[in-house]
Amino acid sequence: MIEVKDLHKAFNGEEVLKGLNFVFERGKTNLIIGQSGSGKSVFLKNMLGIFTPEKGTIEYDGKPYSEFTDEERRELRKEIGMVFQGGALFDSMTVKENVMFPLKMFTKMKKTEMEERVNTVLERVNLIGADDKMPSEISGGMQKRVSIARAIVNRPKYLFCDEPNSGLDPTTATVIDNLIQKITHEFDITTIIITHDMNSVLEIGEKIAFLKDGLLAWTGTKDEIFKTEDKTVTDFVYSSNLFKKVRDAQLKGY
Amino acid sequence: MTYLHSIGEYFLMLKGVFGRMTKRSVLRNLIFKEINELIIGSLGIVCFLSFFIGAVVAIQTALNLNNPLIPKSLVAFAARQSVILEFAPTFISIIMAGKVGSFITSSIGSMQVTEQIDALEVMGINSKNYLIFPKIIAMLTYPFVIAISMFLGILGAYVAAVLGGFVKPDDFVSGLQDDFVTFHLIYAFIKTFLFAFILATVPAYHGYYMKGGALEVGQASTTAFVWTSVVLIITNYAITQLLLS
Ligand SMILES: Nc1ncnc2c1ncn2[C@@H]1O[C@H](COP(=O)(O)OP(=O)(O)OP(=O)(O)O)[C@@H](O)[C@H]1O
Ligand SMILES: [Mg+2]
Repeated sequence: MIEVKDLHKAFNGEEVLKGLNFVFERGKTNLIIGQSGSGKSVFLKNMLGIFTPEKGTIEYDGKPYSEFTDEERRELRKEIGMVFQGGALFDSMTVKENVMFPLKMFTKMKKTEMEERVNTVLERVNLIGADDKMPSEISGGMQKRVSIARAIVNRPKYLFCDEPNSGLDPTTATVIDNLIQKITHEFDITTIIITHDMNSVLEIGEKIAFLKDGLLAWTGTKDEIFKTEDKTVTDFVYSSNLFKKVRDAQLKGY
Repeated sequence: MTYLHSIGEYFLMLKGVFGRMTKRSVLRNLIFKEINELIIGSLGIVCFLSFFIGAVVAIQTALNLNNPLIPKSLVAFAARQSVILEFAPTFISIIMAGKVGSFITSSIGSMQVTEQIDALEVMGINSKNYLIFPKIIAMLTYPFVIAISMFLGILGAYVAAVLGGFVKPDDFVSGLQDDFVTFHLIYAFIKTFLFAFILATVPAYHGYYMKGGALEVGQASTTAFVWTSVVLIITNYAITQLLLS
């Protein structure tokens, strides 16, 4: 569980986050949605400790990050898996080396154990046979999956994903969404996913925070988001023609 | 003001580089990789340049020695002095600022813009140590490159002087031994060590703190080359003033 209280973050005097309060629950896929530039990535990076908030606290399973010692912070980070918006694969390493990297750095596993674990995870994300390719030699969707594999290989307690399925075809996107959800349930992970894909919201929106103008304009679940009358939310949700048509059809009673 | 800021940031970076160390087995592999990329990968061009610079210095000196009272062995003496004191350590380092320096800036810079450095930090890895420390250690072998450069520079001078019929082989060898000051060699290697450190860290700084995208990576490499050269030349001036005068 990650609890955020009154989180503020500004760049060069301009406030991007203006006081956020939210609880990201364990064993659930928590979504952050909102328009491009609304501060979703900044929100996430504050929770990761890449940015330091001006004001507010972030509690990891009840303990505020500001009270962690340096050593505890490093330990915490080993329990975090992160899927970056662009994948952030190490481009000097092969797919296999990328996925093995956290194990190599933080565990005392033997080579064979590591290989085994890497193979299991790569199988999990449906990537077999790409082991020895370089990141530049595989497609964007495959890169995303490698990135997910790297994030989960060391069995994290917290999994952060910045638009894990942007730029993917709908089928692959759904596969990835479901994969993340399954892993979340299976290992009881606190998962936070940034997305602007309404499909994802529909699929895996167990808990949703809608970010607008630096504030959480709406929070709820996937069932609630399609029922809400809140205009800022409906504007966002039905900005996609497909969803608008589905709703109109529903209203007409098809 | 911005210069002061950059200088402060540079030293903060160094503090981070020598801060918490990366796992030793990982670091060792990184160091070997850097030696291969930065040092071994540069030997070809360094050898080529050194040989021909030595040759040209010899020819130039020989062509300008018209006075029959001055012994032809002076060609060897002049080549030795200029190669050991400046051409090998300084000139080759400027070339390396272009080759090794821009490689370092662009490789670290592209890691910065594609969030690979964030990825390291998120995992709790000291990215400055992980990325820059192995480069500094690899550059400790740079004096070997300069030693090879000195040798080939003088060999180039010998070949050009003798083949060109300017100097007899015996005269050249005796010229090489004239007034040899050991301290000149020490001076050359002291500055080589300093240059090695500059070659690793100034381009690393420009890559590590860059912002933007692929286009900016290219710009950062160019800026890094300019600044690395400037720092090299100023350091060269300062150390020469300090040690030789
Ligand atoms: N390192 C930074 N320095 C200064 N400003 C920043 C920085 N990172 C983000 N910002 C600003 O914060 C705002 C929010 O950016 P952010 O990347 O969080 O958007 P986002 O919601 O993730 O958008 P997208 O969906 O396009 O990824 C933007 O106006 C951006 O310019
Ligand atoms: Mg973003």
